[in-house]
Amino acid sequence: MKKKIGVYICHCGGNISDYVDVEQVRKAVENEPGVFLAKTTMFACADSNQKEMVEDIAAQHLDGVVVASCSPKLHLITFRAVTERAGLNKYNYVHANIREQVSWAHSDNKPGATEKAIRIVKSAIAKVNRSESLEPVKVSATKAVAVIGAGVAGMRAAIELAEAGSEVYLIEREHFVGGRVAQFDDLCVSTETGKTLVTRLYDEVMKHKHVTLFTGAEVIETSGSVGNFNLKVKVVPRYIELRCKEHQLQDAIDVCPVQVPDEFNFNITMRKAIYHNYPSEYPQLPAIDIKNCTRCGECEKVCENINFDQKTEYLNLKVGSILLATGFDPYEPKRGEFGYGEIENVVTLPQFKRIMHYSKDKLMYRGKQIKHIAYIYCVGSRQVDGENKYCSRYCCTATIHSAVTAKNKFKDIYNYHFNRGIRTYGKQEVLYDESSRKGDIYLQSFEDAPPVVEKKGDKTIVKITDILTNNKELEVEADLVVLVTGMVPRKENSIAGLLKVPKGRDNFFNEIHMKLRPVETVIDGITIAGASQGPKNIMESMNSALSAATKSFSIVNAGELALEPTVAKIDKENCEWCGKCDEACPYSAFTKIEYNGKFIAEVNETICKGCGMCLPVCDTNAIELIGFTDKEVESMIDALV
Amino acid sequence: MEAGKVNNSPKILVFSTEKISDPAIDMAGLLKLHYPPTVYTIPVPCSSAVKPKWILHALEQGFDGVFIAADGTDCPYGESCTEKTAQVMTATQQLMKDKGIDPARLKMAAICSVCSEPFVKHVKSFTEYLKKPSN
Repeated sequence: MKKKIGVYICHCGGNISDYVDVEQVRKAVENEPGVFLAKTTMFACADSNQKEMVEDIAAQHLDGVVVASCSPKLHLITFRAVTERAGLNKYNYVHANIREQVSWAHSDNKPGATEKAIRIVKSAIAKVNRSESLEPVKVSATKAVAVIGAGVAGMRAAIELAEAGSEVYLIEREHFVGGRVAQFDDLCVSTETGKTLVTRLYDEVMKHKHVTLFTGAEVIETSGSVGNFNLKVKVVPRYIELRCKEHQLQDAIDVCPVQVPDEFNFNITMRKAIYHNYPSEYPQLPAIDIKNCTRCGECEKVCENINFDQKTEYLNLKVGSILLATGFDPYEPKRGEFGYGEIENVVTLPQFKRIMHYSKDKLMYRGKQIKHIAYIYCVGSRQVDGENKYCSRYCCTATIHSAVTAKNKFKDIYNYHFNRGIRTYGKQEVLYDESSRKGDIYLQSFEDAPPVVEKKGDKTIVKITDILTNNKELEVEADLVVLVTGMVPRKENSIAGLLKVPKGRDNFFNEIHMKLRPVETVIDGITIAGASQGPKNIMESMNSALSAATKSFSIVNAGELALEPTVAKIDKENCEWCGKCDEACPYSAFTKIEYNGKFIAEVNETICKGCGMCLPVCDTNAIELIGFTDKEVESMIDALV
Repeated sequence: MEAGKVNNSPKILVFSTEKISDPAIDMAGLLKLHYPPTVYTIPVPCSSAVKPKWILHALEQGFDGVFIAADGTDCPYGESCTEKTAQVMTATQQLMKDKGIDPARLKMAAICSVCSEPFVKHVKSFTEYLKKPSN
């Protein structure tokens, strides 16, 4: 039993103290057995408090420490490090979760939350009273990282990891790299195109001998854990051989009789079953869409490099960490949402960008020239009734940029922006200014009175009660209505299911902590980058990609990971070898040895993973798990009752 | 609990797992999915590590119910977890019967790392069950 335990109860700003009476908690625990000091603190994780804790532990010779704050997923490591800095073995630290599992979960019941917090802190004190000083177990880590998704974030992360010295497997489900950015023409605020960025990144990826790019590839099975993940990857062939003659390939595309909607152009055009998304796309080899191919044989007649004998391959990869950069989908409006799918000249912003790409001198859609364009903002974002409560952040800028581009590229363009407040933050504000100076018209409404799109004869009318002109009823006759759609998580995202990566309220991947641990997930060894985490522009995606790459690299770089010293321990006197623990152990960590004239079990500590599967099967209760001994668990139960 | 008495706030002890169900329970808090504050959690590495002795201790010391938030097929320690956790469950319920404790006061369900809503549903319905005077 300890004599000098320090207990620190965190306000977490008000995240905890708005619902839990932290002073009442402090009073309730200060006289618990072994407690020497009990304090409340505004932010336990703040530098100043950490310093104070180090001073307390060193000066008062504390022998155990409890911090009652957020989830241990966030700050267990932080406070263990504090105790270490003060010279106390870190396994004499116990974390009490009174935020995620108390103040937030029970924000509807303040007295109930306070009562629960008191018991949780008492049970942590009971546990620390019985804690022992321990040393971590070391395991080797594979110095390789799998990057899922070869969009701009994935490619940037792969380059960074390879430069740092890791082996990288860059896994892309499509046959071509670049993801969504490949679909963008001019970008803002710089004047490069999306394709230029993709090309530059692709060239760098190909230069690195430590990056292996797989296209048409998908992870279908996963096992293992941090340091040693096993991935089974399915690689679908292109059915076209490398180093084929370019003109023959174009001929093959030309003769293909199949026509399917081209997803790269958001279905506004058709493509063949043998295709590339644009002529210079990387890798610069078309692919055959085998689902839609009728095997008519026409392409084989004109191109000798078509090979239908190529087989789907399955690869087994071993990596120490996985970086997810699976990107986003544009929101697909529901049929009838602002006339989408019902009125023919209602399109989405991504479609509009492709329409501009294919228009030469005049802006044309469905054979008609476009002059008057109405943009309806926040479609599928900031929904009052729908699931997407968030702002997609990039769309105001992307729309104004597209509107300005249309005006610069084509004659007689008139832009009408039906918005809910413009959010062109930072440097992008200059675009808003440019558009206003060029005569774009901004009309605004609140979420409860969105604009209405109607068909009147052959005309498409957009109506609004405009709050900027004192609620005047205004209407615009539009040649084209552009629905400004936000970002939603990828619909096809099976990797997330395989790895059980948590998702947030917005359904995007969830980080451990938005500010403090922004690229890690609660699944050890899995990091997230780019728009898979939430709406981001390219610059923000690059930042997060570099950050996730660094984090993944730090996991695999040491070649060795320090794991919890949670291993099974045999009570030699009570053990009468029966072999049940050996049967239960998935890792064969037990051996039968002779001891004092009888046979007993012995644990190989480097093999034992600390799962505890052997505990309940022992008839004589001769196995304990370090950190989860009967005394620790039962004393915690006693404190919670 | 005495038979025939209504218990308005039955206490439940949850054995959750550090890597799988604990993140789900944390996320329930993050999403403000409320559940009774009389639900307490002790995290363990794996649900098949829970000793029947601990469960009986909890019930005998005053917990009205024990809930095992099992790893199910997501267990990072291997597939045998599901079967082994079920064995813990069966063995403990037998011990409970022998001691005259209602075996339904022990419940188990697989709670994955994103199963916040199922967790809240389970502990709410378990609370309702434990409130009934006959239990």
